[in-house]
Order: sequence, then structure tokens, then C-alpha cells
Amino acid sequence: MPKITIDNKELEFKPGQTIIQVAKDNGIEIPHFCWHPSLSVSGNCRVCLVEVEKMPKLVIACATIAADGMVVHTQSEKTISARNAVMEFILINHPLDCPICDEAGECKLQDYAYQHSVGESRFTETKQHKDKRVELGPHVMFDGERCISCSRCIRFCDEVAGENQLTFVKRGDKVTIVTFPGKQLDNPYSLNVTDICPVGALTNRDFRFKSRVWDMSSTKTICSGCSRGCNTDMWVRSNEVLRLTPRYNDNVNSYWMCDNGRLNTFKFVNEDSRVNGPHLRRDGKLTKVGWDEVFASAVSELKSFNKDEVAFIGSAYSTLEDNFLFAKFAKSVFGSKNFDFPRVTVPGSGDNILITEDKRPNSLGAELVGMSGNGMNFNQIIKGLIDGKIKALYVVDENLIELNPELEANIAKLDLLIVHASNFNTLTNYANIVFPSATYAEKNGTWINIEGRIQRLKPAVATFEADRSLDGMAMSRLDKFGTEYDRWGKVRKVDARSTWKIIVGLANAFGTKYKYTMAEEVFSDISKSIDEFKDLNYDSIGEFGTQLKFKKQIVKV
Amino acid sequence: MAKKKRMKDLTLLERIYLPEIAKGMALTFQNMFRPSFTMEYPEVKFEPPASYRGRPVLALEENGEERCVACGLCSRVCPALAIEVQAAETEREKERYPEKFEINMLRCIFCGFCEEVCPEEAIIMSKDYELAFSNREDAVYGKDKLLTPVSVLKDRIEFLRQYK
Repeated sequence: MPKITIDNKELEFKPGQTIIQVAKDNGIEIPHFCWHPSLSVSGNCRVCLVEVEKMPKLVIACATIAADGMVVHTQSEKTISARNAVMEFILINHPLDCPICDEAGECKLQDYAYQHSVGESRFTETKQHKDKRVELGPHVMFDGERCISCSRCIRFCDEVAGENQLTFVKRGDKVTIVTFPGKQLDNPYSLNVTDICPVGALTNRDFRFKSRVWDMSSTKTICSGCSRGCNTDMWVRSNEVLRLTPRYNDNVNSYWMCDNGRLNTFKFVNEDSRVNGPHLRRDGKLTKVGWDEVFASAVSELKSFNKDEVAFIGSAYSTLEDNFLFAKFAKSVFGSKNFDFPRVTVPGSGDNILITEDKRPNSLGAELVGMSGNGMNFNQIIKGLIDGKIKALYVVDENLIELNPELEANIAKLDLLIVHASNFNTLTNYANIVFPSATYAEKNGTWINIEGRIQRLKPAVATFEADRSLDGMAMSRLDKFGTEYDRWGKVRKVDARSTWKIIVGLANAFGTKYKYTMAEEVFSDISKSIDEFKDLNYDSIGEFGTQLKFKKQIVKV
Repeated sequence: MAKKKRMKDLTLLERIYLPEIAKGMALTFQNMFRPSFTMEYPEVKFEPPASYRGRPVLALEENGEERCVACGLCSRVCPALAIEVQAAETEREKERYPEKFEINMLRCIFCGFCEEVCPEEAIIMSKDYELAFSNREDAVYGKDKLLTPVSVLKDRIEFLRQYK
């Protein structure tokens, strides 16, 4: 293997790598704006200048191919003075509006200005004025003055999203970014440009001004938008989810996620329509009751039916643990064979980048833990519902009426409808018993994505029973130091439980003692009883997930 | 316990205390002719100097616009976590403004860090020292109590500029 010396360290590299790649692989940070590991090299920001021995001038680390025996200095006097000079040039036309700018706190320019510039500007002339608050597309806002013309966003659209929508116009210090005439920045991945923008020129219109980044906590979790299972960070302040950002995972989503996943998968967690505490229908109205009461009532109701008249419907939104225990309950506690879950695919909605046609994050997982029984399948259950053979339905985390509005009349005729729901919806309108279901943002668990990769969900929002500090959840500054007397400390905590936990309570009320107290214990049972999960536990799955090896052929959904 | 012997017994004059009382009275009498340091608060109010750090307030320009851009630095720097800011968008040139700005005066320790860190000279320590509340809710000052015309704060702003 060829060797290169960077800052007196001899490092091996693969032929063809650039200096900045070799440095990054070995934990040496060379400042950069325009270079991005997943995009092509453009070499226009010049901040990655390094000194290479025997070369007449400094070279840019992002576009110089590493060669055997090359000696590079990233901290020499010459390099640092060049870097300071480049920073001074970049800052000439950059407005001093960090207090107003949303990027502050996660801004590369701000960081490098602290590290590599003198702190005072020698530029006394008037700065260039450009267009501010330009709506480049439905989700992205552009501020021309803040832009440092690194072209990352242009390259992202061309190379990753595959749609040429952005370009540079004008020259010199007047250069700015516009959309092509008649076009908008509206590709399904447009919001990724706000993540890769090293400054605050491109901002997320949905998140603008909502919170300072240092006031939020971030939790490593998974997107629930489709079966790709993009790794994400969930940003929470005062127990309210404020934004999702993609988290790097080379095996799943690289640095990206789609706009639909980013914008439409967390707002229901914050909504007022959340089911808070278990509800029973009394005199035609859903009334909040205690947990013990609702378990007792559910048991006596369920026992009044013949086993063939009841069907259980799980969900590919639920975690492995939820589905495993729900299926186990239906099979061995209640003794029914009629349990399955709906497969929700939208043909033609997928693409070759990230979005898949399967709109549920855990279809493969639900299949693997045996959520479909050997009795009636989902379509037969629905048919039975229409025929009137099914008199009682137990539905977890799915809104059957939203899936098929024609079922509304049949559902209204059911003798018993038990629903686990996070929010009140059209289905809970007909429910006799509603269990408050914790959302994916509130529970521990695992999902399996379309490629058979098992990934961890972690709670980012605290429920009524949870305690951020005791349960090891991510905490922001306000969470750490706030008290119940502070306004920000008075947060809403919904009284909701994960499905597996509700099932434990229900099974115990049936007289079958389930002893699970944590999702992890349910998972250890899964790993003991199903071959694919052998020797797996939450620690070995890790924050980037683990690829499962399939022993039997799984029907791909 | 054995009786402790005094180092020196008091003389007669010392024992009757009268001369000492007279000395004390003389001192008291003397002070009656000195200028007084006390004030008859609340009839007479103390006017603090410009260096005084009273309760923090938000500056309101003469044209009725608030200076604050809700950057959140005061909230970040506050060692007592007294300040809560929620930003929102406005049509003004500085596109950000505080939709909510609350200072919990039960938490505030009058350190003046918020004033020092403010990039817009918007949060200023006023001369107001009269802070009394009868319940916790009243101690949280919102924008209605915080916004103060710049003219009132002139002294302090000039003082701050001297040390920039």
C-alpha cells in the first residue's frame, strides 16, 4: 500500500484517494466548505489549502490526489496564514447577522471564523447586497448575502437528487444562486440542501426560527416514512419534536433523507388530538378511565365472544416487540388464529434513491415475528367484517377507515372495537375501548427495513410514565436544569404506553402472567425464539443497525 | 469551679459607668449635626448611578420598534436560566423578532451577562429595583413589562458604550 505523511504521521491510503479523504479517514480535520464526502469535487472555496513538500505553491487538499511519499503539512505557518487569508476573503461580503441566522450554532463558517480568522475585518467598503428571503421552492428559503458560493446545493441536485434545478448566475462578488427559469427547487430531496449548506443561506422553511439548535436535544432514531428506514436525528425541545435531520449511515441512507419523511412524520406527535390515557365508551361518549379499569373491561368484553368471531389486526408501524407480543397474545392467551396486518404499498411511488413503495417502516419485521397467523389473512378478515362473520375487532396502530373509507359502515356495525391509537381519528370514533398508544418517538424498539436491516428506535419524547434522566433519554440544557415551576418545565406528557406494555397488562388481566418490564426483555425473548434474531441484543444492533441473515425465504412486501 | 481572678479590678468610676454613658451621648449628639445618609423610602426614592444593575428590560425604539431580534444569546448565557425567548418571523428588514420574551425574576441574579452578550444593545439593565410579587406567576415578566423606551435607558447605554 502506498504511504503518505500528513502532519508527521505516516498513513496508508488507497490509490486514487485525495489528500482530504486520507486525512478524514485518519481523523485529521482539514477545514473545508465546498468539499462533501458524497459529492463531486469542485474546489472553489480554497479553504482546504495545505502545504505539500516539493510543490511550488500550496494545493487544495480536496482535489489533489494523494501520491506515494507525499509529505503534507496542515498546520504549518504557511498553511495557516493562507487559511486565514481565505477566511478573510470569504467574510468580506458575508453579513454579520449570526444573531438573526438560523444556522448559528451549527454553521461551518462560524466555527472556522473562530478557529482561523483574526476576529476583525479590514474591509471598510460597503458590502455587496443581494436578494434575501428568496423562496427557492416549497420548503427551502434562500438568503443570497449569506451564500459563500460553495455550490454544494447545485451539485446535490445534479448528482444525488438527479434533477438540475439550481445554478450560479453572475460573476465575481455578484455571483448568486437561482433556480432555472420556470423551475423550482421542488425535488423530493430538496431539504437536504439545508443540511449540507455550510452557512445559513439555505434554510428549512418549516423549521425557520422555531428554536436555537443549542436549546434542543437530539436522539438517534429511524424515519417512519417508508420501509427504507433512513437513520435520523430527532430534535426535541420542551418535549416537543421540532425537526428531523438525516443521520449518516453508509448502509442505508448515506447523508440524506426525503422531504416527506422529514416533514410529515413527526407532527402528529405534538398534536392536541393525542389520546391521553385509556378511554372507555360510556353512554356513547369516550371517557377517560384508569388503566386497571380498562384492562378489566377489555377482558370481560373479549371473553363474551366466540373465538372465531374476533380478529386481531397488527401494524407494520409497530415495533418488532409490539407485534411479537400482540401475536403471542392473540395466539396463546386469547386462542385465535385470525391475526394479520395490512400491507400498505403505493405502486409507482418509489424511486431509485431512497423512497420505497412500502409505506410502512416495519413490514418485514411484522412478517418475521409472526404477525400473520395461520387463520384468516388480512383480506379474509376484511371480508369477514363485511359479511358479518367477524363481530369483534382488535386493531393496533392502523386506521382501517383511512386505508379503506368504504369500511366505515361495516365498522360501525361491529359489536366490539378495541383500538390502540396515538391520536383520535375516524376509527376511534367507533371504538368501544381506546388504548393510548405511544408513538415511534416515544418508545424503545426495533424496526426492520426493506433490506432486512434491523435498526433501533429510541424514545425522544417523554410520556407520562417516562423520566428523561432515569430512562437515559437525551436531555437538553433546559431539561437538565429546569424545574416544574419553570414555564419550559411545564411540558405536556401524554399518558401513553407501547403496545407490548399494554398487551402485558391485558394478558395479566386475562390471568396469563407476562413478566416483561422493558422492551429489551421482549426482544431477548424474540432472539431466543426466532432463528434470524439469534444472539442479537440492543447493544449488538448498535446505532447503525445490523443486517439480518435470512434462513427462510421471506415474502417481500 | 474555682473563682476566676480578674486581671485588674474596675475602678470606682468605671464601676458606675456614668462617664462612659456621657461619652456615648456626646458621640450621638455630634452625629445630629452631620449630613444624613438615610432616605425616607418610599417617599424619597433612590436614584441609582448609571453603573447600577437593576432589573433587565428590553429597549423600545422611538418609532415603536423593539430592538431585540430574538437571537437567544441572553437566554444561552444566563447562568440562572431566567430568560426564555421564542423567535418568529417578521416582515421587517431584520427578519426575526421575539414572539415571546420572558424573564423569570425569581431566577434572575442581576449579573448583567445578558446585557453584555446582546449584539443589538436590546436588553439593558435598568435602574428599576422595586421588585415585589405575591405569587410565582407574577414574577415572570413578559414583553408587556419588559419593553421600555430607549429615552429612559439613555444613562445606562452611554455608560455601556464607554466600556465597549
